[in-house]
Amino acid sequence: MAATVVPPHAAFFGAKKEIGTRSSFSPSISAHRCRKHSLNKVLAVMAPTQPSRAPATTGSVKHGMTMTEKILAKSSDRAKLEPGENIWVNIDVLMTHDVCGPGTIGIFKKEFGKNAKVWDREKIVIIPDHYIFTSDERANRNVDIIRDFALEQNIKYFYDIKDLSNFKVNPDYKGVCHVALAQEGHCRPGEVLLGTDSHTCNAGAFGQFATGIGNTDAGFVMGTGKLLLKVPPTMRFVLDGEMPHYLLAKDLILQIIGEITVAGATYKSMEFVGSTVESLNMEERMTLCNMVVEAGGKNGVVPPDETTFKYLEGKTSVDYEPVYSDESAKYISEYRFDVSKLEPVVAKPHSPDNRALARECKDVKIDRVYIGSCTGGKTEDFMAAAKVFLASGKKVKVPTFLVPATQKVWMDLYSLPVPGSGGKTCSQIFEEAGCDTPASPSCGACLGGPRDTYARMNEPMVCVSTTNRNFPGRMGHKEGQIYLASPYTAAASALTGYVTDPREFVP
Amino acid sequence: MATTQAPVPVSTIRASSQRLQCPIKTHSLHFATNSSNFDKLVKASLSLKQSRKKTLTIPHATPSSSPSPPTTFHGQCYVLGDNIDTDQIIPAEHLTLVPSKPDEYKKLGSFAFSGLPSSLYPIPFIEPGTDSTQYLIIIAGANFGCGSSLEHAPVALGAAGVQAVVAESYARTFFRNSLATGAVYPLELEQEGVNKQCTTGDIVTVDLERNVFINHTKGKEFVLKPIGDAGPVIAAGGMFAYARKTGMIP
Repeated sequence: MAATVVPPHAAFFGAKKEIGTRSSFSPSISAHRCRKHSLNKVLAVMAPTQPSRAPATTGSVKHGMTMTEKILAKSSDRAKLEPGENIWVNIDVLMTHDVCGPGTIGIFKKEFGKNAKVWDREKIVIIPDHYIFTSDERANRNVDIIRDFALEQNIKYFYDIKDLSNFKVNPDYKGVCHVALAQEGHCRPGEVLLGTDSHTCNAGAFGQFATGIGNTDAGFVMGTGKLLLKVPPTMRFVLDGEMPHYLLAKDLILQIIGEITVAGATYKSMEFVGSTVESLNMEERMTLCNMVVEAGGKNGVVPPDETTFKYLEGKTSVDYEPVYSDESAKYISEYRFDVSKLEPVVAKPHSPDNRALARECKDVKIDRVYIGSCTGGKTEDFMAAAKVFLASGKKVKVPTFLVPATQKVWMDLYSLPVPGSGGKTCSQIFEEAGCDTPASPSCGACLGGPRDTYARMNEPMVCVSTTNRNFPGRMGHKEGQIYLASPYTAAASALTGYVTDPREFVP
Repeated sequence: MATTQAPVPVSTIRASSQRLQCPIKTHSLHFATNSSNFDKLVKASLSLKQSRKKTLTIPHATPSSSPSPPTTFHGQCYVLGDNIDTDQIIPAEHLTLVPSKPDEYKKLGSFAFSGLPSSLYPIPFIEPGTDSTQYLIIIAGANFGCGSSLEHAPVALGAAGVQAVVAESYARTFFRNSLATGAVYPLELEQEGVNKQCTTGDIVTVDLERNVFINHTKGKEFVLKPIGDAGPVIAAGGMFAYARKTGMIP
């Protein structure tokens, strides 16, 4: 006897025509400028925002949709839809990790029965990554819980770790979930990926709809393979111009967040297009989409192209169908940037939108530098840092912590030659510069974690970090001060002991 | 539990903890084999825009079923600024606590707002040595709950005893998780700057019938945006509980 589910009514999340609480989060929300800008000397890089383009007036023109709208339409078997609609979406991949996995599993078992089976054992990816290398008993227990579940349900993709003393002897272990998802071929254009983590939006770099959800929503997906989602309107970010050699994608996204504030993209999709975006490699595109959530965004997307397809070669055997915004698609707003005029920026304590030019912070003395996380701990991020150390030839003046995101990244640090170094690897350059030895791959101290987490800030300190958030207490101590920056800026700052514009070293 | 002046229906008080103490009887649901049934129902429910009230009516409470959703909350308030992120609501080191385990749920509550810098918020949200709060209503500015998409944030507040948050605006993940878990009522104010007109410890009332927020200590009244259909979901104890209660799920 099979039971069926009548889905919660659309109005429960606020149907678009009804005056429910949800309608108050529709596109008209205005961004709140919550603090004063420091004087910013960057000139003429942003055109004034434009109202959405007028809809086509001839009846014969097809209804145009943005990439996000199209992906959601495809995944909900609809020919078309509009922002604001609540729709049932078929999920292609559900990801969870050690922090949210146990809670999600608890809800799944409670709601669907302790003998219930997940909707598809090949579409769930369980990746322990947050609190791994710690003696915290609960953290260790949480990895055991997800392992038991993975075995019970015969989950195909469970990147297990058993021996915490040496990550290398765990052949399945990957590391940071978002980077692992990409490296293991779980991110594909046109698909819908949900994860129990705010930076799931990272995968939007592959031209898919990817966003973070809570345990209850994830428990629901685990049982049904579907979720009720509201279609977000899309904000368009056009980045054109040649990328200066001292800038990285992290500078671009910090620039954008500083422009629109931490609530500027709430409930919206952020679409990144333009010649600069096209010139970025996949890891840089991931950095861009990773911090969409820091602007309040629901998801970020980059149109897939040859760069995407090449990256995916050999990583996935699942067919995918790329999706692109229509010419006549409607955007809620458009921002244009001339990237060639931008300068390295940081986000000062205590908000990701507290943007300042790196060179204007040169008097800020720092205590340490942290290079790691899904945002800034990928191979390309370490390569960038290595280039700065190489160019300088000097040693760092403050403790410099390096936490590769995954096993693969760690191996790259020890094997790939850094261009222009005469065959040296990142690890050699880091050692010569006096950095700490690259640590076991995980989320590490990006979010503080248990007290014994490597590089956790247990006293008030000033840190320049390639991570994603700098709210009070983010890396541990409530009075810690975190300056978010690109790997170039982080490395440059390590060399001087002050927040430093990388142009000091990268000629 | 704080003493209140206005009568507060039983169902307001920690619907989520009720859920945990008296687990709802569950049935196994086989979705994989019933996707076609599921699809039919989904199409049926979504196509009936006009007559939706008829098709998926919220059943009227019979005398023997649970009381109707709460309409007022009353008590002391705790006042916050803008952009209170999830790490301030519940510091990441406590995320090893699994909310679906009753004792860890309680412990999570005891750490609610322990991430707030004491220089900005000298009054502790939870008295040291206790594990729940005397401040049943939170007043906040814009973008409350930004940061992580983890449910621990609204759940920690609910576990600590918070009944409602009254904010200028929310981060989408916090709002969505509040509904899904039924942990707290995420209410929105019509005007900006209300938090600047309130002080921690003020006696306040939230009235969901009149959609007003009253600060008795300051003698001011503010308009709330209606909670709408989200109200009964939270009153029932979250998404799953509501679906069961109204017969959407067996």
